[in-house]
Amino acid sequence: MATSEIQHTALTLHDQLPILQVAIPLLAAPLCVLVGQRHAAWWIAFISSFAAFVISCLLLVQVTDGSYISYEIGGWAPPLGIEYRVDALNAFMLFLVSGIATLILPFASASIGQEVPERNHTLLYSCFLLCLTGLLGVLITGDAFNVFVFLEISSLSTYVLVAQGAYRDKRALTAAYDYLIMGTIGATFFVIGLGFLYMATGTLNMADIAARIAEQGDNRTVRAAFAFILVGMGLKVAIYPLHHWLPNAYTFAPSAITAFLAATATKVAIYVWLRFMFGVFRPDFLFDVYTLQFIILPFGLIAMFAASFVAIFQRDFKRMLAYSSIAQIGYMLLGIGLISATGLTATISHLFNHGITKAALFMGVGALVFYSGSSFYDRLEGRGRTMPWTSAAIVIGGLSLIGVPGTAGFVSKWVLVQAAFEKGWWPIAALIVASSLLAVIYVWRVIETLYLTAPAEGAARREAPLPMLIPLWIAALSCIYFGFDGVFVVDIARTAAEGLLTSPTPLPLLEGN
Amino acid sequence: MRHHLILRVIVKLLVSTMILYALYVQFHGDYSPGGGFQAGVIMAVAFIIYGIVFGLRKVHAVLPPWLVHKLVALGVLVYGGTGVVNMLQGYEFLNYGSLTPHHPEHGQHWGILAVEAGVGITVTGVMIAIYYAFAARPPRMSDEEW
Repeated sequence: MATSEIQHTALTLHDQLPILQVAIPLLAAPLCVLVGQRHAAWWIAFISSFAAFVISCLLLVQVTDGSYISYEIGGWAPPLGIEYRVDALNAFMLFLVSGIATLILPFASASIGQEVPERNHTLLYSCFLLCLTGLLGVLITGDAFNVFVFLEISSLSTYVLVAQGAYRDKRALTAAYDYLIMGTIGATFFVIGLGFLYMATGTLNMADIAARIAEQGDNRTVRAAFAFILVGMGLKVAIYPLHHWLPNAYTFAPSAITAFLAATATKVAIYVWLRFMFGVFRPDFLFDVYTLQFIILPFGLIAMFAASFVAIFQRDFKRMLAYSSIAQIGYMLLGIGLISATGLTATISHLFNHGITKAALFMGVGALVFYSGSSFYDRLEGRGRTMPWTSAAIVIGGLSLIGVPGTAGFVSKWVLVQAAFEKGWWPIAALIVASSLLAVIYVWRVIETLYLTAPAEGAARREAPLPMLIPLWIAALSCIYFGFDGVFVVDIARTAAEGLLTSPTPLPLLEGN
Repeated sequence: MRHHLILRVIVKLLVSTMILYALYVQFHGDYSPGGGFQAGVIMAVAFIIYGIVFGLRKVHAVLPPWLVHKLVALGVLVYGGTGVVNMLQGYEFLNYGSLTPHHPEHGQHWGILAVEAGVGITVTGVMIAIYYAFAARPPRMSDEEW
């Protein structure tokens, strides 16, 4: 038996950060079930997502200069082993997702108590953690198949979370079922695309795939892979013609879950798109450029207008926000379709800014629903007087949604308009402004309902409980903070965008062949 | 009660054999086809067939639903816990070589055994939980509930 001493320098906690980012919520989820007590489960969920948030901050400060961190799972070197690869883009997204999760959990402790029966709380927090694990995993991994695995973890738990709304409204079940069918089709298309990629390149490491595709050039297998991945993730992104699942899922899910999903799930799907369209398939290929310019960009424009029009005519606040999400996704697609560093900067900063804006707004709806029991406008009349703090936060979120100067929404729209001008496409810049005016209309309807109508007879002043108000105001104030200090977001977004557009450094292992 | 005498006797005989075979598949997984997933399914089948023949109440007495849910969670923890142990020893997550630093190959065997045990526990739990969920389905919803 060979017993030679094998040299190994022990890894420090600092080296382990990338895996801890995913492993902590992953292991906390079964722990919730084993403990089986709902208060303990909440604490486990909160502590682990807070830990994930701290880790994401530690990772983010390391990569803001454009470098990347690589972690080999199980000690197997990439491209054979699974690699976790943290760069400016996904560190920034990790920061957003884990931050939103930490913010939503205190809110959830109050709102879920009212919307979901107590016996389900433990499992709900466990599912929440699994969803968080999946989203963080999709972001951090550098392995294409691993993306699919984590995507499924997050999707499956999302369906369960959406279905939890069934105790208030049975339609949550059909909404979850619709989402399940559409999401599964999307995931299947995505994995078929990965199959084609594997066939064409013989590897699953994303950086490695990119290098191999660059080597062999354009061919039909690669194109098929591109098409499948585009459509599959498109379903998850809810790009305009594939958005059918989104309004119902957002409307009928419990408030806290809607706030979490709206701020993170579609954003992560857009991240995967960015990663594949710019990191794996290079925009050097004509098919990539043509798809982005002639398919993604027009669909983005249609979404901006069609979904905004539909949002204007909604009678339900939550549903209106869901349609406005589809419209806002249109802006992000527009940034992608411009295929320039500025366009991508706009997309990435809008991912973040829209994330916090929608988190604030959906938490606001949740706080309103806490007492009125419904999010229909006619049940919310005069809430500005009975719930002044909640309503004020909603107004701030609404202004950020429109893109009023001084709010986060303005910063990213400004960059987007700049990107359009950079290309000389001024009609597009005009369209961005025009669709923002539509947002004014639907946000105004909310303000009118909250402030300019008389409250119901005998409605006393009754503010939402503090565990809901504090996260709501943190989100609302960060909308303002990032509106005045847009440099932080835009700088990271620019580093991330430039990282996507420059050719990846080939893996050291490949230099030999 | 006296119906299906042959079925009852055969199932009683088979259940123990199935469990034994599941354990064989589990522990022989790293040398021959098999492993945690297959073993978990075979193990679950032993409980499911017992439930089909003797009724849900009997099998609930052996393996109550709450215990099944804990098993599902426990398996994941065993899998992830293995990775945590590797990390505590100063290696990467799931680098089994850390278990016997002088001879990483042995560590790989130990690691696979631990991880497959986790897979087996979870798969058993999930399969039985699915069976329980279908078999214990409450009657259709009443009209008032809609």
